[in-house]
Amino acid sequence: MDFSPSEEQRLLIEMARRFVEEELYPHERTVEETDEVPVEVAERIKQKSRELGLYAAAMPEELGGGGLDTLSMTMLDRELGRASYALHYTVYRPSNILQACVGEQREKYLLPCIRGEKVDCLAMTEPGAGSDVRGMNCRAVRDGDDFVINGTKHFISHADWADFVILMAATGEEDGPRGPRKKITTFLIDKGWPGFTIRPGYKNVSMRGYHNFILEFDDCRVPASQVLGEVDKGFDVANDWLGATRLQVAGTCLGRCDRALELATQWAVDRKQFGQPIGKFQGVSFKLADMALRLRQAELVTYEAAWKHDQGTMTDSDAAMAKLAATEALAFIADEAIQIHGGMGLMNELPLEMIWRDARLERIWEGTSEIQRHIISRGLLRPLGG
Amino acid sequence: MKVLVPVKRVVDYNVKIRVKADGSGVETANVKMSMNPFDEIAVEQAVRLKEAGAAEEVVAVSIGPQQAQETIRTALAMGADRGIHIKHDGEVEPLAVAKLLKAVVEKEGPELVLTGKQAIDDDCNQTGQMLAALLGWAQGTFASKLEIADGGAKVTREVDGGLETIQLKLPAIVSVDLRLNEPRYASLPNIMKAKKKPIDAHEPADFGVDPTPRLKTVKVSEPPPRQGGIKVESVDELVEKLKTEAKVI
Ligand SMILES: Cc1cc2nc3c(=O)[nH]c(=O)nc-3n(C[C@H](O)[C@H](O)[C@H](O)COP(=O)(O)OP(=O)(O)OC[C@H]3O[C@@H](n4cnc5c(N)ncnc54)[C@H](O)[C@@H]3O)c2cc1C
Repeated sequence: MDFSPSEEQRLLIEMARRFVEEELYPHERTVEETDEVPVEVAERIKQKSRELGLYAAAMPEELGGGGLDTLSMTMLDRELGRASYALHYTVYRPSNILQACVGEQREKYLLPCIRGEKVDCLAMTEPGAGSDVRGMNCRAVRDGDDFVINGTKHFISHADWADFVILMAATGEEDGPRGPRKKITTFLIDKGWPGFTIRPGYKNVSMRGYHNFILEFDDCRVPASQVLGEVDKGFDVANDWLGATRLQVAGTCLGRCDRALELATQWAVDRKQFGQPIGKFQGVSFKLADMALRLRQAELVTYEAAWKHDQGTMTDSDAAMAKLAATEALAFIADEAIQIHGGMGLMNELPLEMIWRDARLERIWEGTSEIQRHIISRGLLRPLGG
Repeated sequence: MKVLVPVKRVVDYNVKIRVKADGSGVETANVKMSMNPFDEIAVEQAVRLKEAGAAEEVVAVSIGPQQAQETIRTALAMGADRGIHIKHDGEVEPLAVAKLLKAVVEKEGPELVLTGKQAIDDDCNQTGQMLAALLGWAQGTFASKLEIADGGAKVTREVDGGLETIQLKLPAIVSVDLRLNEPRYASLPNIMKAKKKPIDAHEPADFGVDPTPRLKTVKVSEPPPRQGGIKVESVDELVEKLKTEAKVI
C-alpha cells in the first residue's frame, strides 16, 4: 500500500499549507490571548476557504461540497490541523451525519451548511453520561405529532457559532444482547426554539477560542419532521455517518505532530550548549528519532483507516486505532518537543505550549483513549466469546 | 491569442540551501521543490489575460526531470489549459532552454511568451532575452505591469531609478518581475480539473536540440559566515576601514 500523495493530493496539501501559513498562523496569538476568534478574522477565513473549496470539502460534489474522498480529506485535515484549533475550525466541515437529511430537511439544514449559510453543533454528552453515551437522561416523549424534550447536555462545542443542534435523546428502552438499553433518536433543533436554552460552559485549558456550552431542554416541543433518520435509530444514524469523525481527530493531530517535530528538529540544529548544537547529544537526537517513529506509525494507521473508509471496509477497530495512535503520538511528541526546547518551549513565543495544551483534550473527546482501547479489545475478544 | 509560459522546477524558496560536501552543487536530495516563484507570477498573468478575454489558451512548458510534470500540473491547477514536458535529467543552461523554447514556439505559434525574469536557483536572467534574440521577437524584461491592446503589449519595466514604459509589437517575449501580481492559490475545484488536462511528453532530441552544458561548474561554496559588527572611534577611521578592510570605496 502506497499512501504517498497523488498529484491532486500534493496540490491540495500545498494549497492548504499556504492557506494555513498566510490566513491562520498570523491570528494564533490573538486567539490564544483573548480566547476568541475575532469576528472579522472568522469571516475572512470563511470567505477565503469557500473561494478555495476548502469549506465543506468532504461533502459530495453533487451537493455543492468539495467531493474529497476520506484519505484526501485526512491529508487536508492534517494541514489545517497544524494551526490553532479554533482558527482551523472556521474552515468548517458540516457534520457528516447531516447527509441523513431527507425532504425539506435537506434545504433547511444540509445544503445551507454546505453553502456556508448555517453551522451545526452535535449534542450527545451529558453531565451524567460521557463515555456511556447510551446512559443519557435527556428524554424525548412522543405527544401526537410532536416530541417533548427534557434534559441537559454539556461540553457542547461551538454552540455559539451554530444555528442549530443535532441532538441525541432517549426515546424508550429495548432489550439488547446484554440486557435492557435505551433507544436513541436524533433531532434537528434550531436555536431560539421555545424551551431550548444555551448557556456558556466551562473554561477550558485546551483549544482557546473554541468554546463549549450547556444546552437545556425544558418541555421543548418539536414536530416529528425534525427527526434525523428514523425514530429510535439514532445510534444507527450515528454509526453510519460518524465513523470518519475519529479520522478527523487523527488527521488534525498528525498536523500538530508535524509542526512540533519540525520545530524541535530545527531547534536541535540551532541551539548550542556545551559548545555544540544540542542535536549532537544522543539524549536529544534519540528523542527526535522516537518522535519521528511515533508520527510515522500514527500516520500509517490513520491513512490505512481512511483508505479503508473509502473502500467501505473500515471497522470500528480501525477508526479507534487511528484515533488512539494519533492522539497519543501527539501527546508524546508535543511533550518531547517542549523538553528539547527547554524553558523556551513553555513560553508563548512559540506555538508549542498551545500544541501541548491542546493535545491534552484529544485523548478525551470523540471517545477517550480508554474507550478506544475498549473498542479495539472488544474486536479481539468478542469473536472468541470473551 | 495563445500564451506560452515556461515554468521551471527549482528548490523551494523557503528551503535553507546547503552546498554538497564535494562542492559540485547544492543539495537537492530530500529537498522540497516548487515552481520558480517568478514563473508563478507569469502563469498568474497569463491566466488573468485569459480571464479578461485577451488570451484564448495558456500553455505551460517545462524542461526538466520527470518530476517537472508536477510543476506543470501546478500551473494547470492555477488555470493553464495544457502542458508540454520536455524530459531531461541533467542540468540545462539558458541557451539550451531558449533553443528548446524556440522550437516549441515554432510548433505552437503563441503570440506572447511570458517568462519569469530569472530562476531563483541559478539566477541567470538570460532565457527570455536569448529566446527573443533567437526568434527575432520584441522583448520587454522585468515587467511590473502588462497591458495587451491595439495589437501590441504595453510593458512597464522596473529599471534603476524608476519605471519605464515601452510598447512592444506582438509576437513578443515578456519577462515578469515580482510586483506584477500576486499569484493565486489553486482552488480545490481547479486542482480536480487539472487532473484531466493533457501534458504532452517530449525529449530534447524531438526538437533537434542538444542540451549538453557548455559551461563547467568549477566549485560551489557557501558564502562566508557573517561577522559581528565593530564600533569605530571616528569618521576617519570609518573611511579608512571602508577602504582597507571592507574594500567598498
Ligand atoms: C472541550 C470539550 C468539547 C466537547 N465537545 C463535545 C460536543 O460537541 N458534543 C458532545 O456530545 N460531546 C462533547 N464533548 C464530550 C466528550 O466527548 C466527553 O468528554 C468524552 O466522551 C468523555 O466523557 P466524560 O468527560 O464524561 O468522561 P467519563 O466518561 O466520565 O470518563 C472518565 C474516565 O473514565 C474512563 N472510563 C469511562 N468508561 C470507561 C470504560 N468503560 N472503560 C475504561 N475506562 C472508562 C474514561 O476513559 C475517563 O478516563 C466535549 C468534551 C470536551 C472536554
